[in-house]
Amino acid sequence: MNNSIKSLLAVLFGLLAGALLMAVTGHNPVEGYKFLIQGGLKSPERIGNTLATATPLILTGLSVAFAFRTGLFNIGAAGQMLFGGFCATAVGLSVDLPRALLLTLMVLAGFIGGALWALIPGILKARYNVHEVVSTIMMNWTAYWTVYYVIPGYFKGESLETESRQLPPEAMLHASWLSDMFQGSYINLGFFIGVVAVLVVAFLINKTTLGYELKAVGFNRHSAEYAGIAVKRSIVLSMFIAGGIAGLAGVAQYAGNASSLQIGVLPSQGFDGIAVALLGANAPLGVMVSALFFGVLYSGRGFMNAMTEIPPEIADSIIAIIIYFAATSILIERLFRKWKVRKSRAPHSAANKKQGEREHVDNA
Amino acid sequence: MDYVVEMVGIRKEFPGIVANDDITLQLKRGEIHALLGENGAGKSTLMSILFGMYQPDRGVIKVNGREVRISNPNVANRLGIGMVHQHFKLVEAFTVTENIILGSETRRVGMLDIRTAANRVEALSKQYGLNVDPHAKIEDISVGMQQRVEILKMLYRDAEVLIFDEPTAVLTPQEIEDLQGIMKNLVQEGKSIILITHKLKEIKAVADRCTVIRRGRTIGTVDVADTSRETMAEMMVGRSVSFKVDKQESRPGETVLEIRSLTVKNSKKVDALKAFSLELRAGEIVGIAGVDGNGQTELIEAITGLRQAESGSVILNGKDITGLSVRQRNESGIGHIPEDRQKRGLVLDYTLEENLILEIYKRPPYSKNGLLQRAAIRKHAEHIIQSFDVRSGEAGRSIVRSMSGGNQQKAIIGREVERDPDLLIAVQPTRGLDVGSIEYIHRRLVEQRDKGKAVLLVSLELDEVLNLSDRIAVINNGELVGVVNASETNEQELGLMMAGYHKEEGSA
Repeated sequence: MNNSIKSLLAVLFGLLAGALLMAVTGHNPVEGYKFLIQGGLKSPERIGNTLATATPLILTGLSVAFAFRTGLFNIGAAGQMLFGGFCATAVGLSVDLPRALLLTLMVLAGFIGGALWALIPGILKARYNVHEVVSTIMMNWTAYWTVYYVIPGYFKGESLETESRQLPPEAMLHASWLSDMFQGSYINLGFFIGVVAVLVVAFLINKTTLGYELKAVGFNRHSAEYAGIAVKRSIVLSMFIAGGIAGLAGVAQYAGNASSLQIGVLPSQGFDGIAVALLGANAPLGVMVSALFFGVLYSGRGFMNAMTEIPPEIADSIIAIIIYFAATSILIERLFRKWKVRKSRAPHSAANKKQGEREHVDNA
Repeated sequence: MDYVVEMVGIRKEFPGIVANDDITLQLKRGEIHALLGENGAGKSTLMSILFGMYQPDRGVIKVNGREVRISNPNVANRLGIGMVHQHFKLVEAFTVTENIILGSETRRVGMLDIRTAANRVEALSKQYGLNVDPHAKIEDISVGMQQRVEILKMLYRDAEVLIFDEPTAVLTPQEIEDLQGIMKNLVQEGKSIILITHKLKEIKAVADRCTVIRRGRTIGTVDVADTSRETMAEMMVGRSVSFKVDKQESRPGETVLEIRSLTVKNSKKVDALKAFSLELRAGEIVGIAGVDGNGQTELIEAITGLRQAESGSVILNGKDITGLSVRQRNESGIGHIPEDRQKRGLVLDYTLEENLILEIYKRPPYSKNGLLQRAAIRKHAEHIIQSFDVRSGEAGRSIVRSMSGGNQQKAIIGREVERDPDLLIAVQPTRGLDVGSIEYIHRRLVEQRDKGKAVLLVSLELDEVLNLSDRIAVINNGELVGVVNASETNEQELGLMMAGYHKEEGSA
């Protein structure tokens, strides 16, 4: 079964389950969904906000998906995003340059910050075989506490202890033409960072020798080694790039959607990125689409809550259920096969065997 | 006639394919009945039906003359049918007895009663000459003994009919002989055996009768004693097959590979290869004969760069390559057909065409400025697919995982040969393949030799080493026992050398 069909089925089941939840709690699902979708897409402003909400998700999802394609499970997108965002904020607050240069420098700082944060787990994995799931989670908390310490110490806000100073307007990704186009939305240049990143990653993993190497290492370390690919270097490089992309999410979030950095919060987008990647089948374009979908749900739920009695948590539940179905897509696939086999009136166990037999017949 | 198991007119269809079509198999009590067929002929499907994993679409199964319906493996067990799987199903950390009783534990007042079980295991082991220690842990015993544990499992459950699925694939020559002895014991004690295999030599050695199937149909059942190997092979493949490798006298030229006093440690940090020296010249095939695990793997890994040598040197075409990386060695002229094609040789989730550039993707015309050139890659793949007869569903775009073992191997061989290396290393190049593919691969290796390449062959199949090699180097416990000319030696002599008995004359 095709990946996109699987994802669409997961979404469908999620939405159905959400409808069921609404109905059970005594609300009208049709109404609920109407406002949920309207909230995300009703006006140019809302569309813009949806895009802006989706931007960090595009990037964290891309980070997780890229790592996954190269055989690594990057749970640390949250920490990388936070640290990348912190680096960008630090540059924005302390460097005085013409705007274009400053923004470029901030984006670069964000990328490098996130990349460095993932580099450490990469090296640990390559050299000492430390599993990246463990080390990236530890790096999440290291980022959390580093920011917790440094922001109040060096970049303290005017009134609030728990926030950094506001970024000056020239150090933010807002563009008036863009806001005007979307009638006052807070959409910003971060969205373009996301789009460019998607294109670059798609190009990298599909067209280049580097992508070929990294994927080979991800699929099968042993045969990559046999082929003469520098396996350890590849692992470190994969983590570096994945972390950098998550760092860009930090730039988009803290210098685009927000204007300051709060302490004591690990960005939830880091973890949502795992769900986005899963639903997007780890393909760059898939990640883009699934992040936009999540964006609609996230930005529409407030409107739904305002217009009906339905609690906004329903949107979260829908997302959770979708993730559940995406993660158990094997189950969906099996059900699908069973159904198909039953239709052709053969015993159900045949479906699994069919493939195996066909392989052999080619040989006979 | 007294048949223990009769399968008559079995047909099994899967969507789009008939795996079994009117197959009949009749097993006499107390016989070893071989089921012979190429990969994909339908052997596994037939046995899965007998074992209750599939239901036949048509046909009758009789056990002890009574028609039965075997709806699942438990029913098969109750009917006294047991299967010794090719891949053992054992818990490594458990003892032999614990493994055997798993699922039918003996209890006394609700507590596990290991002692009674162990005694029974020991008695069974004695009765059938299996020589298994019931208290040994699985992780500590050899592969051959693990297989005997699998056999004991079946005996413990009072199986009358034992199905052996490719039992020798994982065994050394000595272990194969032991197994054959055990199988004969079993039938003497009244058991009946179905032996699934595509190795004719084994059938000749133990089986009484043989049923040959091809493309899902029964070709015939023959008495093994009255039927030649050639006839059976022809029945299996559908055309005549030659077992002798046709080759001319070798004309060795310049020295291509020189191994000087090479010492290599294995993963446990023990010397696995000890001061090993060997010379290999252009235009000859040198075979390495030895029981599995005597340093062959380490030797090959040290030559190809996958493992660091402790001391000694590897010299290729007069150039010391001991310190070079895998890629540098590849590029200096080494081609390597690895032992484990799925672990080392292929990226199973890549397409065939992507696999065929595994070592050369960085070179033009396959890539330019870091960009893969799909057109050139496809052309390269098409060339190899055609000249090495690699078959797959969607040609170059097939995912390699979906291809049969034989075609995967042909793809690797095509890839390595096509790089035109001066030294071609072939490790177990025909393991698990059927007669047709083996014949083909052997021809290709000889062809490389005749083109003036040096071929280093490592194989656990003594026949293969004897047939293909010009010279044979015997390895035992990491040391070179001696080098003999293939034309002047025989299985007995090699067997002795493999066990470590030195032969006086040196290399020829």
